[in-house]
Amino acid sequence: MNTMFTRGPSIVSRLALALVVSVVLIFVDHKYDGFASVKVYLNSLVSPLQYIASLPGQILSSSAEKFSTHKKLLEDNEHLTLQALSMSEKLQQFELLKAENDRLRTLLGSPISAPVQKMVTELMAVDNNPFSLQIIVDKGAINGVYEGQTVLDDKGIVGQIMEVGSTNSRVLLLADITHAIPLRNARNNVQLIANGSGQFNELILEHVAHSADIQVGDLLVSSGLGNIFPEGYPTATITSIVRDESRPFAQVTATPIAQLDRLRYLLLLWPDDAPTQPNLQQTDQSVN
Amino acid sequence: MKLRNYIILLSIIIALILQIVPMPLTVDQFRPDWVLLVLSYWALALPTRVNVGVAFIVGLVLDILMGTSLGVHSFALCINIFILVSNYQRLRNYSLWQQSFIIGTLAALYHLVVFWLQHLQTDVSFLFNYLWPVLTTMLMWPWIFALLRKVRRQFRIT
Repeated sequence: MNTMFTRGPSIVSRLALALVVSVVLIFVDHKYDGFASVKVYLNSLVSPLQYIASLPGQILSSSAEKFSTHKKLLEDNEHLTLQALSMSEKLQQFELLKAENDRLRTLLGSPISAPVQKMVTELMAVDNNPFSLQIIVDKGAINGVYEGQTVLDDKGIVGQIMEVGSTNSRVLLLADITHAIPLRNARNNVQLIANGSGQFNELILEHVAHSADIQVGDLLVSSGLGNIFPEGYPTATITSIVRDESRPFAQVTATPIAQLDRLRYLLLLWPDDAPTQPNLQQTDQSVN
Repeated sequence: MKLRNYIILLSIIIALILQIVPMPLTVDQFRPDWVLLVLSYWALALPTRVNVGVAFIVGLVLDILMGTSLGVHSFALCINIFILVSNYQRLRNYSLWQQSFIIGTLAALYHLVVFWLQHLQTDVSFLFNYLWPVLTTMLMWPWIFALLRKVRRQFRIT
């Protein structure tokens, strides 16, 4: 039987100690990013909890796959065959254009863009923290994932790797309020920067001059400036432009092309100058 | 190894898992604060075993799981558990629905503290949707209380 009196320091001094340590931790972590190396171990330490938490969803989706009907599978198959056909037709054109582009580039004396290595990864968990938009994917340091790596889905850029664990890693989505990405307008190469808004379907383009040549519906692709995201991947389309002359800049919003709230399979990219190379032995899903 | 020595730890781990289980967006905003509920029960029932120290460590684990800066959730949990532990004798005598109002108020405080700490770091804006979990936490309290009291009596945890 425990005594009704606590041993050790009193509850008030414990609280004071805990609060002071918390504030110091927040400060060091946020201002100086002091735990970047420790966090890899901490993330690996808690990853069993994440695996257990993602089990119910996995069981549901795998049983849904088991029970999908014969008819549905046939429909899917037909749909995918058609898609593969149209893709391969486009690919033939693409090879031709790429060869032509490379030839023109050599004529101009500019470097030929190097091929990018890729790896497929699957969504493990979505954070339920309402103040930040992050997801967890099932590839980590043992697969060669590095911090700041670009993550795509089948339509466009999703975000970048924020923290790497040993077997999983955390992705910061484009639309997170702390995220910004350099873009250019595919129509006329106007340079823009898109900040996240905290909502899945909205990006905010800040400091756009009233006279900038942009229109609703313009496609924005990554510009490759900043050396985080590789150049030329579709990222967002412009949804609204408010040119209020009483304000210093136009208010422009865009929506990400990737559907950030229904991600499943994602693609990790390794450009030529990546700090690590993908470890292909650890995975059978890599594509080249 | 006896199971009864690990019951508190096990209940906290289950609460942590429930806190991060992926849910559809529409249901997600109503998710009760499982960790706060379970810690609150143990803080009221066994204040000598579960108090500010445990809350601090669980808060740090929650920070790693949720991807917030280390210390945000531990700060908020410590304040809540301190209020419960320093008033446990009075709170135990309240009826269950009175307790659930107090837990609801504490959950609101918890969410506001987490919001303020995040607001200091990034300019997130406040939506009233963030306070839905207060209501569900309040509704869950009687059930969690009954369940954990049964567990505590069954395993005679003191």
